[in-house]
Amino acid sequence: MPASDPIVLETRDRTTEPTPDSEEMTLTFEVKNLSIWYGEKRAIDAVTLDIPSNAVTSIIGPSGCGKSTFLRSLNRMHELVPGTRVEGTVLLLGENLYGPSVDPAIVRRRVGMVFQKSNPFPTMSIGENVTIGLRLNGVRDQKFLNERLEKSLRMAALWDEVKDDLRKPGTSLSGGQQQRLCIARALAVEPEVVLMDEPCSALDPIATAKIEELINELKTKYTIVIVTHNMQQAGRVSDYTAFFYLGRLVEFGPTTKIFTNPSDRQTEDYITGRFG
Amino acid sequence: MHPRRKDQHGWRKFKSAFISLSTFVAAVLVITPLGLVFFHLLVNGASSVSWDFFTQLPKPVGTPGGGMVNAIVGTLQLLALGSLIGIPVGVLGGVYLAEYGSARANSMLRFIADVLNGVPSITWGVVVYGMVVLRFKGFSAYAGGLALGLIMIPLILRTTEEVILLVPNGYREASLALGIARWKTIVHVVMKTASKGIITGILLALARIGGETAPLLFTAFGNRFWNHDLSQPIAALPLQIFTYAISPYDDWHRQAWAGALVLVIGIFCVNVLVRILTRERARSSA
Repeated sequence: MPASDPIVLETRDRTTEPTPDSEEMTLTFEVKNLSIWYGEKRAIDAVTLDIPSNAVTSIIGPSGCGKSTFLRSLNRMHELVPGTRVEGTVLLLGENLYGPSVDPAIVRRRVGMVFQKSNPFPTMSIGENVTIGLRLNGVRDQKFLNERLEKSLRMAALWDEVKDDLRKPGTSLSGGQQQRLCIARALAVEPEVVLMDEPCSALDPIATAKIEELINELKTKYTIVIVTHNMQQAGRVSDYTAFFYLGRLVEFGPTTKIFTNPSDRQTEDYITGRFG
Repeated sequence: MHPRRKDQHGWRKFKSAFISLSTFVAAVLVITPLGLVFFHLLVNGASSVSWDFFTQLPKPVGTPGGGMVNAIVGTLQLLALGSLIGIPVGVLGGVYLAEYGSARANSMLRFIADVLNGVPSITWGVVVYGMVVLRFKGFSAYAGGLALGLIMIPLILRTTEEVILLVPNGYREASLALGIARWKTIVHVVMKTASKGIITGILLALARIGGETAPLLFTAFGNRFWNHDLSQPIAALPLQIFTYAISPYDDWHRQAWAGALVLVIGIFCVNVLVRILTRERARSSA
């Protein structure tokens, strides 16, 4: 049976964790008692979880355990499926994402997302792909756009590869480059968080390694939440790991602890490959 | 070898050859009418297609020469008027079907559009005659344009819906995840991605209505002279062809052939344009 009480991160416990200089850990998301229904089906069941800032949190679990739904609830993308219902609260830096006057578009501007399948817009050039979020949100200043274009591509470790080809179609790049272009596109609107939904599952090992390296660099400026099917990837890139099973959060804690000394039997079984 | 087996083998081969031949004959029959139409039009009409045909007004009966410039321009004006109604309503309706409407409302709308697509075009002429021509007491270019526009709506609606549904959902998600509003996502990402398909649908609808005669009989009515007042009857190429073809004068018959040739070439050119557009689309999405 799933653990009845999800294990919540004790923020003061983290003496060995990545930001030793700060005593108090800042939290980007505070998820309290979150349940999500698709019609009659409950996809997420009373999840309570705090996601720390400037760190990589990975979400693992077998297919259909609700990890993608949970990820999408952090920028309200799950609402695109008709008939969804949410209970509980998600606080982004203290503000309720599901407050009655909150515009989902504003939430998504603050919480960017990268998808499983790279999806640069086929009608746009590399440059246009990166700046589209700014342009469609009303930015006209060409100088500013050009600066942001270069900055975003540099952060996505793509600038050197494409700086002479900014006018070429985004779809002319290789799969790994396209995924980094999508990361640059998400970064260009300067979000506070980047959500990644299995960003490497369609990529070869070399392209995957580049994305993982990039994730490691990005966490100095962004909070990153990544859903992955690849246990080794979760181990390599993340500081914290949440294990979901059947819509519930089974265990959450520092990645090193989850992978070496999990408290829950189910977590151990999943990580050691006994199911899932 | 058993003799029966050999028989069966021969019978099978015969059946196979028979089916192949039948489909080949059917394929030839498909192409033949187009060949016949072009051959006939060229033989009868080519000699009358001259510079005058494109620049002169019709001459009075018995006077040789003259052209159909007023009808050519009139047809273009009617197509433009029809487009003013058919393109916005058809495209926006198609976007609604693909992006917004509920499943039930959509299946009803789709059914209605398919029924409308099957309505004989003369019916549209009669409907507009009753609604507009009688009420405003006169044939007019507006009435003709309205009839053509009404025919365009369901055609454009269905093609727009289809090409918009072909846009992968990943693009919508990517755009929405950037905090781009829904309507901007639809206009700048979805419709832009589907733009060639939408334009193709519009061109096919124009090619379809460009040669319509029946809906114009009781609406635009036709005109032997220049008309720059859209509230008055206006000339159209198909109407002029109709009038000239049923007339008793040889000279007018020749003009009718020439008009038909020009009309068919015009529609042929639109179709070639569609082919070029769709070929590029297939290439860029590959």
